[in-house]
Amino acid sequence: MSPRLRAILLRLVQAIPVVIGVVVISFVLTRALPGDPAVYFAGAAADEESIAQIRTSMGLDKPLPIQFLQYVADLLQGDFGQSVYSGQPVAEDLANRLPASLELTLTALILSCAIAIPIGVLAAKNPGSFVDQLCRILVTAGVSLPTFFTGILLIYVFYYLLGLAPSPLGRLDFLYIEPDNVTGFYLIDALIAGDWETWFASLKQLILPAITLALFTLAPIARMTRAAMLSALSSDFIRTARAAGLSDHKVTYGYAFRNALLPIITTLGMVFSFSLGANVLVEKVFAWPGIGSYAVEALVVSDYAAVQGFVLAMALLFVTLNLVIDLTYSVIDPRIGFDTK
Amino acid sequence: MLSIKDLNVSFNTRRGRVDAVCGVSLEVAKGQILGIVGESGSGKSVTSYALMRILDRGGIIRQGEIIYSGIDLRNASEQQMTEIRGREISMIFQNPRAALNPIRKVGHQLEDVLRQHAQATRYTAKEKAIEALEAVKIRDAAERYDAYPFELSGGMCQRVVIAIALACNPRLLIADEPTTGLDITTQKAVMDLVLELIRDREMSAILITHDLGLATEYCDQISVMKNGEVVEKGTPQKIFSSPEHPYTQKLVKATPSKGSSIRDLLPDGGNLPLAPRQISEFPLLAVQDLKKTYKGKSGPIDAVNGVSFKIFEGQTVGLVGESGCGKSTTSSMLVRLLDSSSGRILFNGDDLTEISAKAFAKDPRRTDIQMVFQDATDSLNPRFTARQSIADPLKQLVKLRGSALNSRIEELADLVGLPIHLLDRFPHQLSGGQKARVGIAKAISVNPKFLILDEPTAALDVSIQAIVLNLLADLRAKLGMSFLFVSHDLQVVRLLSDYVIVMRDGEIVEQGPTEIVMGQPSSDYTRTLLSTVPKPPSGLTAA
Repeated sequence: MSPRLRAILLRLVQAIPVVIGVVVISFVLTRALPGDPAVYFAGAAADEESIAQIRTSMGLDKPLPIQFLQYVADLLQGDFGQSVYSGQPVAEDLANRLPASLELTLTALILSCAIAIPIGVLAAKNPGSFVDQLCRILVTAGVSLPTFFTGILLIYVFYYLLGLAPSPLGRLDFLYIEPDNVTGFYLIDALIAGDWETWFASLKQLILPAITLALFTLAPIARMTRAAMLSALSSDFIRTARAAGLSDHKVTYGYAFRNALLPIITTLGMVFSFSLGANVLVEKVFAWPGIGSYAVEALVVSDYAAVQGFVLAMALLFVTLNLVIDLTYSVIDPRIGFDTK
Repeated sequence: MLSIKDLNVSFNTRRGRVDAVCGVSLEVAKGQILGIVGESGSGKSVTSYALMRILDRGGIIRQGEIIYSGIDLRNASEQQMTEIRGREISMIFQNPRAALNPIRKVGHQLEDVLRQHAQATRYTAKEKAIEALEAVKIRDAAERYDAYPFELSGGMCQRVVIAIALACNPRLLIADEPTTGLDITTQKAVMDLVLELIRDREMSAILITHDLGLATEYCDQISVMKNGEVVEKGTPQKIFSSPEHPYTQKLVKATPSKGSSIRDLLPDGGNLPLAPRQISEFPLLAVQDLKKTYKGKSGPIDAVNGVSFKIFEGQTVGLVGESGCGKSTTSSMLVRLLDSSSGRILFNGDDLTEISAKAFAKDPRRTDIQMVFQDATDSLNPRFTARQSIADPLKQLVKLRGSALNSRIEELADLVGLPIHLLDRFPHQLSGGQKARVGIAKAISVNPKFLILDEPTAALDVSIQAIVLNLLADLRAKLGMSFLFVSHDLQVVRLLSDYVIVMRDGEIVEQGPTEIVMGQPSSDYTRTLLSTVPKPPSGLTAA
């Protein structure tokens, strides 16, 4: 086995305790929530007896350790439980809603990287210039404008005033039929189906929420790019490269940018995980059927299974993300050895 | 070949314009090696950056003319400059490890340069890069091609930097402090290599250094710079034997050389005789078979392997060796910041190894053993004023408070020659010499019997080093302290020490009275160390 492959496996093994921890904590925390799901489920007109009946049928009358064991046993079979709120199996809900959130977040991140990184690099190359000022304004605006505000503003301008954007109601206008589910990403699924009309329609739905989220994630990425590039450009090896007559392009992109990538990737990872959880507001404003709004709704009604499912799905996502970032590090920077651990 | 006339360079900073170079004129003839000597801030590096047009942001050539082989470098286009850099004029830098791209294989970095200047195609690049590595005498060049800078030693990195600089056969090489940060034996090897390559290829060179001894040994002509101006030019012989400018005289005096005594380093030194000292028969510190073993990746590493020596009351012992020889580990164990693996440290007859390094902070003998650290800047808390820094050990160890504390701090400032009004400044507002004084005041504040000096002058300019060394000599006479003086610089150790210990690979190679170890060394290693010290031109001694 190659050392790198072994290192990756080792990292995966190291993630197991994290996942176990998350299972335990999410279980305990949801039980600690105020509110009784049996009462909610039984409805307003239910009497004591029917509530007790429902409690028994949900297994909530058993002691906590037994409930936990039951929960773990179900999990091992891939059963996340039944959502009280939606009436569907949680696994199915997640499978429907997670791609929506991922599609939104990823599009927003690609968009903000495409803007923030070039601006950060240019700003670092010419401190005090017009681009640098623009960078500063963008960063300040991105940090200080809350997403629900920019979201509503964008809707007001592009939907209400200009009529360019479709109504902000979900992933696809009701005129269109959802593409066959392959990846769950409408843009990709529509492409696979070769249905350009649907592709375009879902892009139109996606663009405003993605811009809203991108404006928000732009700030940390642009700021980190600028700072990392500034410090890379002022390091000794850049002077050596310049003194050896390497072209400006090679020095900036081949030498400085690659060295600046490490902090940028770190920030990117943080922003990604952060915005996956924090895009609830955007999802609410645009009626986006994502995982964030799902979790909030489930939380409000003490929907144990749904909340646990959400927390677990997020934890797995974070673990994967961290692994990917770590691996990216080792590709970029040879000094970060995996084998030392 | 290169002529610089009346060069003026200034930097636009937030606090206004700073003139770094004022009216410098230099000439380098074909095949000549010009030395530019000066202390930090003299503008010697800025001059070379200006001629390469790689000044940092905000740096502007205000005035003057730089002509290289008929090309006006000041007004050349950026495109032309890219062709000249590396191809006609190239540079090597201090701190070679930082001078290489940390995440790119050294072979690829070489290829970048070769291909930039069309010296190789994609197909021949690797072969040519390996050739270039072989030219700087790197063993197993083909294997080193795939190495990253962090996998190479400092000397090896400097060889790679030289290989990059010389890959395209430039005609002028600028070496900016090429040996700073390297071990002495490596320094010698690197300088000899550079000299040999320059002679073989009939190149010209500019050697920028703070070390007058190094410049006199390797250069044909020397220009001495101070505050952005050239104060004196001449052959090494002339500069060394009959310096005309007062600054050059001061510099020549401050450079420790074979026959000089510690007072000779000062401009008006001879007038102040050294106070007599008493070295008692009583061993203050006895180290017996001291060992420190670290767990390494491939088995245990003996950082210090069975070291034994004695330091008598009032005596100064010099500890010499190259990086990695265990001298810092030894001093850390003696000052009780590090636990030893085995062996005994007898201080006044008590075994200190019985108390763990952690517990020693509360031991009453903590005040008896103190340390002056290498980098005066990094070892001071940046958020503490000089007064707070000096007060810190007094408050912690002697529980001094109020007016007693203040009068003690002022007494100490007076003792180390730090003006009282500087006491309320922060480290960044103090000069290197002043910071060194704060570090010394801090260490002697609690009246230690034994002081460990870990390269106390390594980061200082020679003229400041001269003053600090004399200060230390006066202090030990006045306060009757014993010193352990740790350094890689043999000349400096010789000036201050009564007894010298030479370490290598965790073991003592040789120890004895200074005159004997320095005069008639018994081990080959000591002889090698002594032979690597740059010497002024033969038959000359400092004026």
